[in-house]
Amino acid sequence: MANGTRDDGSANAGRPGEPRPDDAALSARLGRLDRRLSELKDSRKIETGREERQNETAAARASALARGFRLSSELVAGVAVGAAIGWGFDYLLSTSPWGLIVFFLLGFAAGVVNLMRSAGVVSDIHERLKDPD
Amino acid sequence: MDPIHQFEIKNLFTIGTFGGHEIAFTNSAAYMFLAVILTAALMLGGTAARRLVPSRVQSLAELSYEFIADMLRSTAGEHGMKFFPLVFTIFMFVFVTNMLGIIPYTFTVASHIIITVALALLVFLTVIVYGFYKNGLRFFKLFVPSGIPMAILPLVVGIEIISFLSRPVSHSVRLFANMLAGHITLKVFASFVTMLGALGIAGVVGAALPLALTVAITALEMLVAALQAYVFAILTCIYLNDAIHPGH
Repeated sequence: MANGTRDDGSANAGRPGEPRPDDAALSARLGRLDRRLSELKDSRKIETGREERQNETAAARASALARGFRLSSELVAGVAVGAAIGWGFDYLLSTSPWGLIVFFLLGFAAGVVNLMRSAGVVSDIHERLKDPD
Repeated sequence: MDPIHQFEIKNLFTIGTFGGHEIAFTNSAAYMFLAVILTAALMLGGTAARRLVPSRVQSLAELSYEFIADMLRSTAGEHGMKFFPLVFTIFMFVFVTNMLGIIPYTFTVASHIIITVALALLVFLTVIVYGFYKNGLRFFKLFVPSGIPMAILPLVVGIEIISFLSRPVSHSVRLFANMLAGHITLKVFASFVTMLGALGIAGVVGAALPLALTVAITALEMLVAALQAYVFAILTCIYLNDAIHPGH
């Protein structure tokens, strides 16, 4: 933007035959200032970019550990809840051991689904609910 | 030395009885109060001056606000900000109690599963109540994936329900197990130092190894304490997202 306005200014100054010396000096000074500003901006951008990248790798390492903790417990929780439901089913309806067997396996499947969902392999629940019907 | 002696609940004083049950003020409750006081002091003290160029305490308070606000916005969207007080309270409570637990001779509140279950159930019930309040019966679509053949639909719905019910379990057990296991490991390694030190001069030299390990594990435990608070908070955000954004 600054570049464009400067070009316009110098072109206008050069058009009417003989440019006044003041205008020429001013546009030259503006051009120098602009160049120095853009140089400064570029160097600053490079520095902040490097800093951001370092922060990102540190954050990625920490969140990878966090993700590991998360994934490991998802599977166990699914199996545990399935087994608990099965045991309760058997206890109430005295169908032992069938409730435990069936719900244990269902719980294992639920654990795997949980694991894959939190790992991002299959779509999340709310993604599925997006379509109206 | 008993490594699980540190998790013992002690009755400091009795407040009264309620329906034949004793209402006791325990050491666990005392550390919870301490955590709340520390958090309140940080946030109230940090925001009292409201300087444009923040002081150290103020920038700490601002940093913790920004951290949770960014996390909530990125996982649950702008609508999720109405749950900011809940998520921020949970994060600061877990974080401060975990950090207090690292200090020797202190009590770790999250090493008792009743605490983490209470927190996880709070989130779980919030998701259910808010989900039904906001979406009505459409919230049940959470369990019915679209485009599934009728033949295996009951099986898939069963799996989805178990998967939904297992959320508070994994949410609470993760925090509890990490804090319990970490503190037991720390205690066992530290007790090796005193055991070897009692053996004489050779033992004292040998005790340098478990001592170095204890220092290293303490640093690791600090990382785990912060990380588990972060994981607990981000999972809270993810679960709340299901209640907020079912239809989009």
